[in-house]
Amino acid sequence: MILGRAFMPDATLGAPRYLSLLSPGGWSLYGLAAIVLFFVFPLLHLTVPADSALHISDYWVTLIGKIMCYAIVALAMDLIWGYTGILSLGHGLFFALGGYAMGMYLMRSIGHDGVYQSDLPDFMVFLDWKKYPWYWSFTEHFGYALALVVLVPGLLAFLFGFFAFRSRIKGVYFSIITQALTYAFMLLFFRNDTGFGGNNGFTDFKRILGFPITAPETRMALFVTTAAALLGFLLLGRWIVMSKLGRVLTAIRDAETRVMFSGYNPLYFKLFIWTLSAVICGIAGALYVPQVGIINPSEMSPANSIEIAIWTAVGGRGTLLGPVLGAAAVNLGKSWFTKAFPEYWLFALGLLFILVTLFLPRGLAGLWHSRKKRP
Amino acid sequence: MSGASSREHWDDPVATGTRLLGEGVDTTHRGILYLDGISVSFDGFKALDSLSLIVDAGELRCVIGPNGAGKTTMMDVITGKTRPDAGSAYFGQTIDLSRLTEAEIAGAGIGRKFQKPTVFEQHSVFENLELAMKADKRVGPTLRARLDAAARDRIASTLETIKLLPEAARPAGLLSHGQKQWLEIGMLLMQEPQVLLLDEPVAGMTDAETMRSAELFVSLAGRYTLVVVEHDVDFVARIAHKVTVLHEGSVLAEGSMEQIQQNQQVIEVFLGR
Repeated sequence: MILGRAFMPDATLGAPRYLSLLSPGGWSLYGLAAIVLFFVFPLLHLTVPADSALHISDYWVTLIGKIMCYAIVALAMDLIWGYTGILSLGHGLFFALGGYAMGMYLMRSIGHDGVYQSDLPDFMVFLDWKKYPWYWSFTEHFGYALALVVLVPGLLAFLFGFFAFRSRIKGVYFSIITQALTYAFMLLFFRNDTGFGGNNGFTDFKRILGFPITAPETRMALFVTTAAALLGFLLLGRWIVMSKLGRVLTAIRDAETRVMFSGYNPLYFKLFIWTLSAVICGIAGALYVPQVGIINPSEMSPANSIEIAIWTAVGGRGTLLGPVLGAAAVNLGKSWFTKAFPEYWLFALGLLFILVTLFLPRGLAGLWHSRKKRP
Repeated sequence: MSGASSREHWDDPVATGTRLLGEGVDTTHRGILYLDGISVSFDGFKALDSLSLIVDAGELRCVIGPNGAGKTTMMDVITGKTRPDAGSAYFGQTIDLSRLTEAEIAGAGIGRKFQKPTVFEQHSVFENLELAMKADKRVGPTLRARLDAAARDRIASTLETIKLLPEAARPAGLLSHGQKQWLEIGMLLMQEPQVLLLDEPVAGMTDAETMRSAELFVSLAGRYTLVVVEHDVDFVARIAHKVTVLHEGSVLAEGSMEQIQQNQQVIEVFLGR
């Protein structure tokens, strides 16, 4: 070896990646988060009596569970926007599609307990439908619903991405098309004829896998599953961005033509990360719906997708952990703000975005990084 | 393209192309690049007008010409960035460049340096070379790729060639203009190309850097085929065996530097008007 270790950038030292995925400090933080989410939270919620000061209420379980779903979405957004430089303003669509896929299963699980006590969901009875449309087939099976959660957003993203990236649609044009895509789907899902409950969407879920969906134990199981997904996707994302593929992605962001002339075909790299990002969003949506108990087309509204971009920007693009914290910070702020000054939330969000862009171009994560020297 | 490659989900033509072509390019007739009657027009403007040019394997060819002569368009055609309206472009005897994508052409062994140095500014110098290194460049293998000692040594020796060893860990964006030019050349070398297309490689370099570049290019000729597009006539005179003069999209003259300097047409184009 000609060079000493000192010359080599860390990422390329060739040390086994599973050891260098996170720094020792990072692993401690990661372990701490796991302990809090997997043990402390469930214990304080389920075993500590409700009148104790240490008890964690339903409100917090639902809120944190919801925020973790958003955090997963922000993480997915970071992979495609922060690392690959492709701003999607339609990620809410993939989230909603995953949610609808799970919602179909939850609707089927209501059984005869609906208002009309029919085999069909209430909204279909209301429309005077006699049987399920073909695309509802097999959705009573949980496994099939899970497959849909992955396949529907994944296939849509794959097809859309293939044509968009092959046509070399980039930058703001790509963003606008994704925005149009989610808007088009929102209009489609608003129609009653589409068969997804129109503007009411799906709600009044009763049970999941036979367990009552409002029982504290069920809710806690969903919470823990969501936490596991979040922590798992964090590691997956870290593994991807630390790999050579991760460096190709940032290279595409910074100088795509050079990537092409280096012998990589950017199409397949973009398609890979774009599809993966959409699938992650779909999974987040599937975890979200049973916890909040409703899914409707407003999840596909362009504003929702823009909000995802804001969480990511606030947290700090290209840092993975930043967007997770960004999603948490913005949504905690939102839940407080919408109670205190319900009318002004959108103004506050807009102001926040402007301030972050002006003063914290690298987001909340930039605060941390500016203390440490960037590698 | 069936068999092994079709099993891979991310079946990328880059690698399959390389596999089909194998390592070597068929240069049995000495020539490695054949451009024949290439025409390209943009909105009626003829950037290339039935340009014909043969570059021999191992040669160091300089291409000069006034602005708008079609030098960059010629490179665009060779690297697949622009498709010719007419004519054919062959790499060796067998590879039709007009049927391959940019990435496939790069994979087949034609490396290109742009006029404006384009390196990955956020990545370290070392990582720039790592990304450029010849490897299986499909998605899956890239995700699983690890850097072995041999690869590290290759990168280190390229760093030495381009005099950037002390800068290995710095982000490429912090390099001087001349250093970026060298890094880009280093990235091309990492691809183990047959042909290096260099578009104004010494633009913006100091005299000392220009001298070093001249040495570098002369030392690379023979092992590689170099096509250098340059405005700096002194630099061309220093390195060239054979010079091609382009004018209004076609070849005006070709020969040694002395022959070119005495060619009446060339003198008119460069000095006349």
